[in-house]
Amino acid sequence: MTAALARDTGQRLALVQEAPDTPLIVFDNVALDFGARRVINRLSFTMRRGEFVCVIGPSGCGKTTLLRLLTGLVRPTAGEVRRNGQPVTGPAQDVAIVFQDYAKALLPWRTVAGNVSLALEAAKVPKAERAGRIRALLDKVGLAAHADKYPGQLSGGMQQRLQIARCLAQEPAVLLMDEPFGALDAMTRQTLQDEMLQLVEAAGTSVLFITHDLEEAIYLGDTVLALRPSPAEQSSLAQTFAVHLDRPRNQLTTREASEFLRLRRAAFDYIKETH
Amino acid sequence: MKPDLRGLAVPAALMVLAEAGMRLNQVQSDALARPTEVAGALWQAVRDGSVWLSSGQTLWAALAGLALGGGLGLLLGLWLGLSRRAAQASTLSVELLRPVPSVALIPLSMLVFGFGSGMEIAVVAFTCFWPMLILTQAAVRQVEPRLLEVAQMLGFPPLARVTKIVLPAALPRIFMAFRLSVGIALVVGVTVEIAANPQGLGYALMNAQQSLRPDLMFALVLWIGLMGWGLSAGLLALQHRWFRHSLPGGTGGQS
Repeated sequence: MTAALARDTGQRLALVQEAPDTPLIVFDNVALDFGARRVINRLSFTMRRGEFVCVIGPSGCGKTTLLRLLTGLVRPTAGEVRRNGQPVTGPAQDVAIVFQDYAKALLPWRTVAGNVSLALEAAKVPKAERAGRIRALLDKVGLAAHADKYPGQLSGGMQQRLQIARCLAQEPAVLLMDEPFGALDAMTRQTLQDEMLQLVEAAGTSVLFITHDLEEAIYLGDTVLALRPSPAEQSSLAQTFAVHLDRPRNQLTTREASEFLRLRRAAFDYIKETH
Repeated sequence: MKPDLRGLAVPAALMVLAEAGMRLNQVQSDALARPTEVAGALWQAVRDGSVWLSSGQTLWAALAGLALGGGLGLLLGLWLGLSRRAAQASTLSVELLRPVPSVALIPLSMLVFGFGSGMEIAVVAFTCFWPMLILTQAAVRQVEPRLLEVAQMLGFPPLARVTKIVLPAALPRIFMAFRLSVGIALVVGVTVEIAANPQGLGYALMNAQQSLRPDLMFALVLWIGLMGWGLSAGLLALQHRWFRHSLPGGTGGQS
């Protein structure tokens, strides 16, 4: 938590903790143009520490762009993206991104352990420490038995787990996930959804999760943001759904809960509206 | 992968037919030789050491030229691949100089270096420079952009990005360019020897021609082919071993 110095009436310095629910991430009236095309318009939302936010929307509505604005790899045309009160200017050590095309985001010439090591090398973790931390991370994602294999020898689900492990090695405060399970089969997807929920809950990580799958968004998230494509004069943010479902989520019971079904219906209506 | 030995059936059959045909027709010629005679001439050349000496000379000149020209091409290619500005500035020069046929430089090289390994190395170096330059540059430019983003997100400074991501990613393609250049070096080396340089396998070939010994001539051609094949197979095996995991689709087959 950030601390702010404040002077009391007696001119003495006192440390005052900022209010604990200061948002971690703030999108403030953000707009983004690609050339002449306005991809994102008047986008404003906030994200709390430890919150799991899902973003849904049809192709081309700017979901991935939103993510990239948070990485600092893209700058907004108007408005501001703030993290911890500071504008985002570039990649940060504690912001990790999991890409959808996991095969392209892994280093084929390094082993599984070597790929995880990459993040530790970037963080300048001393060599002696690395082996232990790699083992712990691979244990977390269930790849401990495959540490000496190469990405090309792993299945899709395992490769995505490897990417997640590498991101977790950064000990991120914010985890950005761009349709990470989109290329996987349904059973692997469900397994990874639950594994991922456990991991982020244990670490208290804030997550921004992009998906085109409505049910996945409701199942995983605390909040679901629905974007609209080609915003023109309107805001890119078509609707915000607050998800009041119990945690930990369960693939069977949560998906049958009446609240889940209500949200699902509401989200379907939104989809019909924007297609 | 085990080679399919049945592929030898057709060449072997042709050999037998040629041998039989020439014996039966009592062929006596300055231009043709029976397969058995060719084999005999090759065996003789191996035994008396002449083919080893010539091979040594050719290989020395070819590999030295490859190291010089290919090495320079590699370094320059890396630089042009990494620096967009340098690439733009150099395009014109590269496109003007590259099409010069290397063998057309033989007379110039001879003037500068005289007879001997020097002139051959110079021509081989010029020839090997271009494929290494262009293919290395392409290999560096074609590194998966997603990997570069990963490097950026992890916070690697530019130098670390090059050493940890760009170079290892480009290495398989650079090695393939190297394999190509080895073949080129051999061909150009022998060509220079045929045209001008009085040493090596090309010169031995010319000698055999001028002394009207077609059996030795074919033997040398066969030998050069075997040498080229051996080098190529050896490099391919290395490629499979080193880059098994880096090349898309596993070994990438016989590329």
